[in-house]
Amino acid sequence: MNMQPTLRFIAVCWLALTATFAQAQLAVEITGSSASQFPVSIPLLENEGQLNEGVTDIVRDDLERSGLFRIVDTGLQTFPVSETPDMLAMRALGADALLSGTVTPLGDGRHNIQIRLFDTIRHTELGALALAMSEGQHRLIGHMIADFIYEKLTGEPGYFATRIAYVATNGSRHELQVSDADGHNPQTALVSSEPIISPAWSPDGRKLAYVSFEQKKPVIYSHDLASGQRTQVSNHFGSNSAPSWAPDGQKLAIVLTRDGPSQIYVVNADGSGLKRLSNSRSIDTEPVWSPDGQSIYFTSDRGGSPQIYRMPASGGQAQRVTFDGTYNVTPRISADGKTLAYVTRHNGRFQVATMDLISGTSIVLTDEAGVESPSFAPNGRMILYASGGSGRSSLSAISADGRVRQTLSSQTAGQIREPAWGPLPRN
Amino acid sequence: MKKVLLPALLIALLTACGSTRTTDDTAATGDVSTSATGATGISATDLAALNDPNSIVSRRSVYFDFDSFTIRQEFVEQVEAHAALMQANPQVQMRIQGNTDERGSREYNLALGQKRAEAVKRAIVLLGVDAGRIESVSLGEEKPRCSEATESCWGENRRADMLYSGEF
Repeated sequence: MNMQPTLRFIAVCWLALTATFAQAQLAVEITGSSASQFPVSIPLLENEGQLNEGVTDIVRDDLERSGLFRIVDTGLQTFPVSETPDMLAMRALGADALLSGTVTPLGDGRHNIQIRLFDTIRHTELGALALAMSEGQHRLIGHMIADFIYEKLTGEPGYFATRIAYVATNGSRHELQVSDADGHNPQTALVSSEPIISPAWSPDGRKLAYVSFEQKKPVIYSHDLASGQRTQVSNHFGSNSAPSWAPDGQKLAIVLTRDGPSQIYVVNADGSGLKRLSNSRSIDTEPVWSPDGQSIYFTSDRGGSPQIYRMPASGGQAQRVTFDGTYNVTPRISADGKTLAYVTRHNGRFQVATMDLISGTSIVLTDEAGVESPSFAPNGRMILYASGGSGRSSLSAISADGRVRQTLSSQTAGQIREPAWGPLPRN
Repeated sequence: MKKVLLPALLIALLTACGSTRTTDDTAATGDVSTSATGATGISATDLAALNDPNSIVSRRSVYFDFDSFTIRQEFVEQVEAHAALMQANPQVQMRIQGNTDERGSREYNLALGQKRAEAVKRAIVLLGVDAGRIESVSLGEEKPRCSEATESCWGENRRADMLYSGEF
């Protein structure tokens, strides 16, 4: 079949984060549960009924969605922050922890949200928090309270107040979107009639690097989310792809073909200072920095099949990391540096797997079709990924132990793919 | 269907605009050779040949076997004809876009597509065309011609496409 390429005049437009598009949020569905769920009671806050939008339902949804908590119903009681609740009574209802709190208007349209978290077994207060909430911030405040509870009860930072980036595609319309981690409040950063792949968050959460095909070849951009301004970071001869930020946010590892096969280079965040890092005659791609900035993990087929390797961040001798199977790609490292998530071909299909980097043992987490693009939550507990294959791609998140799974599907037609989980919010 | 070479794309970068503008510009006119094209430096005869389904240079795609980056014998004559056209029109540039089927990692497929584009570029360069006139790039699995998970569709997407100045 002979076809000349269809030519298009393309205007690519990007919007500041307050988008004017009406778009449906992603719908979340969870399956599975953790081996042991912590029973916690999250009653309404005192005076919460005075607010236009509730806060504690966000908290309950977040905690439940994690699969680690079971919400215990303690009826319609509220527990003012100024009083110590009856812990024995709460314990009798099955709650091991209890949230108390009060909403107070601040007089300028904002509200003061004061909460305390109690351990009903030890009869101790685990912590207290006061937050000033402006109009329209009920979701953010709910997520912050859920993060607070999550951290007090698990010892790890929560991820509920984070954002995710992904590409929504419908026919020839491609949108780079950013939403809350629960799929709410999607905002469009870029609309294009050509594909967008490989979004990567800067460590400070202010920018997204990505690959766009609007110039009929892959080119890397860096996009400031607040202003909507973007910079062309890399458009060297040949293909430019796979951007990955260094932990200090000053540099990007990228993949170029200007000197032959796909190889790994490093540039400053503005695209200056190009330096070649890898030096093989095979494909070297998908670089990611370790969180301590000392190493770069990447995919290479130098051994005859695509596998994951690690080299010093300054370049040099690489060591092979994956050995099972004939196709291991897309390395991702958890924030504590201890776990590698990746895509492996398993029984003929592609799945998310994780490897303990100290012991080298790995497990396959998923069992679906068309799995790609794993991305760790910033606390390493959940992994976001795309699945479904062409025509049906949607996002899912699976807990690092494989027990809890959520799907985030679009309520409009089209596909969602290329997810990237943003960093913890800065205080 | 008439096919026309169109002028180089002008990408308008707009800030704070409310919509994307995409114009699909396949002109219906049968007048192939002249002003509409703006393709730099191709003789009228060769330009006509690029659009003539009876001419070997109208065939722009080289297809590859699974996991292979070797140009099959059946495409050698086609590649030679394009190399000859490049030599006859020294001002013309070429971009070769490599593609893959949809199985596996997008970035790794971008790299595989690159190998297909490189294979065609290398063949043309070996036939005497200066390497600086040909840019090999990859579209990976991102611009498939079909989307079924079938052997036939995968084969259709394992290809490299040759584009001339004015088409990219």
